[in-house]
Amino acid sequence: MFAYQAPPVLSVSVLARYLKELLETDDLLQNVWVQGEISGCRTYASGHCYFTLKDAEAQLPCVFFKHARQRSAAPQLRDGMAIAANGSISLYERDGKLQLYVESVELIGEGALFLRFEQLKARLSAEGLFEPERKRPIPEQPSVVGLVTSPDGAALRDMLRVLRTRYPLVQVILSPTLVQGSEAPAAIAAAIDRLNEHGEANVIIVARGGGSIEELWAFNEEVVARAIARSRIPVISGVGHETDFTIADFVADYRASTPTAAATKAVPDIADLQADLDEKQQILTAILDEKLERLKERLERAAYDLQRASPKSVLNQRRQQLDDLTEMLQTRISHLLSLRAERLRGQSLRLHSLSPLLTIARGYAVVRRDSDQAVITGPQQVQPGEQLTIQVRDGSIPVQVRPSHHSPEE
Amino acid sequence: MESLSFEEAFEQLEAAVSALQDGQMPLEEALRHYEEGMKLAHYCNELLQQAELRVQQLSVDDNGILIVRPFELS
Repeated sequence: MFAYQAPPVLSVSVLARYLKELLETDDLLQNVWVQGEISGCRTYASGHCYFTLKDAEAQLPCVFFKHARQRSAAPQLRDGMAIAANGSISLYERDGKLQLYVESVELIGEGALFLRFEQLKARLSAEGLFEPERKRPIPEQPSVVGLVTSPDGAALRDMLRVLRTRYPLVQVILSPTLVQGSEAPAAIAAAIDRLNEHGEANVIIVARGGGSIEELWAFNEEVVARAIARSRIPVISGVGHETDFTIADFVADYRASTPTAAATKAVPDIADLQADLDEKQQILTAILDEKLERLKERLERAAYDLQRASPKSVLNQRRQQLDDLTEMLQTRISHLLSLRAERLRGQSLRLHSLSPLLTIARGYAVVRRDSDQAVITGPQQVQPGEQLTIQVRDGSIPVQVRPSHHSPEE
Repeated sequence: MESLSFEEAFEQLEAAVSALQDGQMPLEEALRHYEEGMKLAHYCNELLQQAELRVQQLSVDDNGILIVRPFELS
C-alpha cells in the first residue's frame, strides 16, 4: 500500500557536477568580491598562486591563475595581507573543494598603500633614481622660484610668507595643480613639466600641507617621481609633516620636511645677506685703508730721505758740528786755565813759606854789600871801608866796615 | 647699475672685493674698485630694503601656450 519511492542514488561525480552547475549559474557567485586575510599563500613554477582567504570565522580556498594575475597586474601576495578578491565561485571536482577563482585583487587599507609604496620605491631605487650623484645642487640665491602646489592650500600661504620674510627679492611663479585625488598625480607632473618648459625658475618646490596618507598619496605615484627626475631645474620636495616620507622626497634633489622648510631652504635669509653686505663694505674699506696707509708710509720715508739729501740739511749739520766744536774748545780752554791758576796759587804759597823776610821778621838780619848787593855771610868777604846795608824787620841800617884788629887767619 | 639684479650686483661686489684684495694695482685703480664696490653694496642694500615679493601664476591656454599672469592670494 505504501508506494516507497527510494531516493535516487547519485554518483559523486554527478553530484559534483550538479553542484558545480548550481554555483556557476548563480549571478552573485559568478562576480563576487570577497574580503579577507591571505594565508597559506603559495605560488608554483607554473605561475599559479594558491591561498586561503579567511576572516575570524570562516575560510575560502582561492586560486589565482597566472593569466589572471598578469591581466590584472596584481601585486605580489603574501600571507597576512588584507585584500578584496574579485572572481567566481566554483567547485574543484577532483578534491570536492569549493574555491574562488580570482580575477583581480585590491589591497585594502594602509597596509596596501604601504606595499605599493615599497614596491615603487624598490623599483625606482633599482633604476638609480635616488642616487646621490643624481642630486643637483640647490642654488643659493635664486632669482625665480617655481612653486608646484595647490593655489588654495595652506602650503602656498606658508611658503609665500616665508619667501616674503626671508628673501622678498625673489620672483615666484606658481604652477598650480591639484594635490590630491585620482587626477592629482598627472596634474602635479604636468605642473612640474610646465615650469621646465617656461624655463625661468632656478629652483622648483613641490609641496603640499599635511594630511592623511591617502591625501598625500599623489606624491607617491610614479608619474610624479618621473616628472621630478626629468626636471632640468633642481627640485625641493616639501610634502606633509616631518614624519612623512614620499617617493617624491626620494627623487627630489633636496627633501624638506614641510612646505615651510622647503621655502626656507630655497632662498637665503635677507638678514644674513645684509650682514654679508656690511661685512663686504668693511672689507673694502679696510683694504683701501691699508693700501693708503702703506702709500703714506712710503711717502713719508721718501720725504725723509729727500730731506736728508738736501744741501740745506748738510749746511745745518755743519753748523751744528761747528757749534759743537766751539763749545768743546771753550770748555777745554777754560779747564786748562783753571788748572794753571790752581798750580800758580800752589807755587806762590810755597814761595811765600821760603821767603827770607819771614826770617828777618823773627829778629835776624841780612847784610848786603852796597856795591854789588851780594849777601855777606862771612868776614873774609868784606874789606875795610866797604859800605854795607843791614836789613832788619823794620828797615835797613847803612854801615861801614872798620879795619880789623886781627889779620885774617891764613 | 639700475638694471642689475640683486644677484648680479652681489656677484660684482664680490669681484670688486677680491680684485682689491689680491691686487698690486695702482692707487687710482684701487680707488675705482673701492668706489664701485661701495656703490654696489649700497645698491644691494637698497634692493633688499625695497624688495617686495612678486608672485605670478603659470597656466596653459587652449592652444597649449604658456601664460604668465599676476597671482593674487584669494
